[in-house]
Amino acid sequence: MSANQDGATLLEVRGLTKTFGTLTACDHVDLNVAKGEIHALLGENGAGKSTLVKMLFGTLEPNSGEIFWNGQAVTITNPGFAKKLGIGMVFQHFSLFEALTAAENIALSLDDGSPISTIAAKARALSYSYGLPLDPQSLVGDLSVGERQRIEIIRCLLQTPQLIILDEPTSVLTPQEADKLFETLERLRSEGKSILYISHRLEEVKRICDRATVLRHGKVVGHCNPRKETAASLARMMVGNDVQAVVRAPAQGIETAQPLLEIRALSRKPATPFSIPLRNINLTVRAGEVIGIAGVAGNGQGEFFESVSGEAPQQDAASVRIRGKDAGGLSITGRRLMGAAFVPEERLGHGAAPRMKLSENLLLSRHATDGKVFVGAGGMVKSDAIYAAAQRIIKAMDVRKSAPDPEAAALSGGNLQKFIVGRELDRRPSVMVVNQPTWGVDAGAAAHIRQTLIELARSGSAVLVISQDLDELFEISDAIAVMHNGELSKPLPIAEATFEKVGLLMGGAEPGHAEHALETS
Amino acid sequence: MDITVNILLTIATAATPLLIAAIGELVVERSGVLNLGVEGMMIMGAVGGFGAGYLTGSPWIGLLAAIALGAVFSLLFAVMTLSLATNQVATGLSLTLLGLGLSGMMGTSFVGQPGARLPNLDIPGLTAIPVIGRLLFGQDPIFYISIALTAAVMWFLFKTRTGLTLRSIGDSHTSAHALGIQVIRYRYLSVIFGGACAGLAGGHLSLVYTPQWVENMTAGRGWIALALVVFASWRPWRVLAGAYIFGAVWIGQLHAQAFGIPVPSQLLSSLPYLATIVVLVLISRNKRLTMMNTPASLGQPFVPDR
Repeated sequence: MSANQDGATLLEVRGLTKTFGTLTACDHVDLNVAKGEIHALLGENGAGKSTLVKMLFGTLEPNSGEIFWNGQAVTITNPGFAKKLGIGMVFQHFSLFEALTAAENIALSLDDGSPISTIAAKARALSYSYGLPLDPQSLVGDLSVGERQRIEIIRCLLQTPQLIILDEPTSVLTPQEADKLFETLERLRSEGKSILYISHRLEEVKRICDRATVLRHGKVVGHCNPRKETAASLARMMVGNDVQAVVRAPAQGIETAQPLLEIRALSRKPATPFSIPLRNINLTVRAGEVIGIAGVAGNGQGEFFESVSGEAPQQDAASVRIRGKDAGGLSITGRRLMGAAFVPEERLGHGAAPRMKLSENLLLSRHATDGKVFVGAGGMVKSDAIYAAAQRIIKAMDVRKSAPDPEAAALSGGNLQKFIVGRELDRRPSVMVVNQPTWGVDAGAAAHIRQTLIELARSGSAVLVISQDLDELFEISDAIAVMHNGELSKPLPIAEATFEKVGLLMGGAEPGHAEHALETS
Repeated sequence: MDITVNILLTIATAATPLLIAAIGELVVERSGVLNLGVEGMMIMGAVGGFGAGYLTGSPWIGLLAAIALGAVFSLLFAVMTLSLATNQVATGLSLTLLGLGLSGMMGTSFVGQPGARLPNLDIPGLTAIPVIGRLLFGQDPIFYISIALTAAVMWFLFKTRTGLTLRSIGDSHTSAHALGIQVIRYRYLSVIFGGACAGLAGGHLSLVYTPQWVENMTAGRGWIALALVVFASWRPWRVLAGAYIFGAVWIGQLHAQAFGIPVPSQLLSSLPYLATIVVLVLISRNKRLTMMNTPASLGQPFVPDR
């Protein structure tokens, strides 16, 4: 465990600074990674973690500061040089090529020129020895995100690096896959390799990391031994103040409440060769409850959201019913007019038009439902009313911004998400469907959004939340269903749901077999 | 029998410039760059090839000049779209317009002059073999180059590491950059290769097909080459098939018009386009294969953050 005590310093960073325009993403950052340790880099979204490691891997050029590798000052100008030094990286947004096979993807990052078949054999052998089985001939476009990450890791290991940088590696894994990854990382540490582990998940950092460096707003705000900290104390270091816990009162009388959103035998053919078909999905969301949908990314959640929101209308009108009426054939506007509201996953370009003002974005989504308020005689837009409504939402959701009515793209991700959720909540919808409500949102804003979703449900609406963040779902849901390969499991009431059960379902265990698999494993 | 051989030979002559230009553009698009300037680079090759051949009297020098002019002209496109990250569609269209205008100006003194023609291959003994002799051993040199080029590009793209790298850049330039691949350098070389091919195709027109200079003599062949690449789902052997189907129907309808078949000539003239599209759509019905072969980053400018 304490292999780092005698470990000499492998990588030292002094005063590394990077600015983008007026934003200082990294401000005189110091970092010290010893040989044979797992070093955590903690921080909220936008704290500068990714910027820092991109400079270490040579994809970004620092404005100032020094990097020492084994005591020698180095200037890492490109990823090729970083690889030569012995730095390997597993990216957060995978740097894989979908139209190529796993073996070809691996070959592209090795410069030795050996034939693909040799590389495929090596990759297969290495992947099995680390318990991350991989078929080198499979096409990346066909693989799940978890499998894609294995390719990234194997590709990185084949370069026999001294330092492996992992950027948010578990955000796309089931709990069981994450366990497998931790075993691999511990084995690598015992082989004397160093690991720089980026995450905002405190429990896993506490579990596997020897030391941690905490970043906030681009600055190093502390060092600690995560094993000696609590999740709450780590969160305080990251955020700078205490994060308010989400309060969820148990739902009352749900069984007899009116079903507001019903999905009946919903199926959908894959729209593109790499997308997932939906298979006979059934779900009822009643007034007053929050239902969470868990699942590893890319198992049909996006397709499901499009079908429920009306972005992709169905042939069978009865497959989606809102407040007891068939809505399957209606468009988004038609479904909104029935009292439903939707928040898609992508904020920019989907949830909001980036180059338009917040007030204009408000009009875009609500011109039909709030036509009387926002649009006057002859189709003239009532700017004052819209502006006032936008300000009301901004106030209610505590949206932080630099101008009274800025363009959507000028807001940080968390603040824009607060505005988009607020825009829909402002209508008091009776059905609310949200995809990844707090993806890339800082802890404070995330807690706020989660609380408002619970309150909306308790005031008599039906809320459906699709999320990859299990902690979030356990925090807010009254029942959790799991989507795997286009199929949806029966919702597990929150009292019966455990990480293990949900994790097995995410990995594809049959709904009835979850208990059985637990016993045998 | 002789008529059949003659028809086959004319088909090959009609298909060759399309094939060469399309194969060049295929490599460019596989690297993720959409160069709509094929027509412009081709006509520059045609005027350059004719001019150099006419002035020196050597069609071989003409051939080299055609290749060089096409490559230099494409360099203009490369600097604009790759170094200055301009819009590829707009830049490609203006390259075509510039090429058509510039070639007309350069060629004013060549109009009506007799040009140099590249001699057909003539191997004593072999070329004289009945039927296959002339088909296999008696065609113009560029025909052989076009076939060898197609095979070489197939081998390069799918059997070599450099080809794999090129395809990966076309699939995702951001991923390629993250791996340390020199995206811009690969794309420069691809664009210049495409330009050289388009120039060679133009040279074929003015040194083999009709050894003279006529303004606008490419007559839309650059556009057909572009369409072939897309309809062939970026696969070399399909480009070859497409070019020859087009050539065959083109020659066929010319003969049909000469026979005086009672069908409006406009309809006959549109047949090659229709037939090529129908055949290539039929062979690329496999959506998955098409998806795998479509360069996903096609036409997107690449500006790495620094």
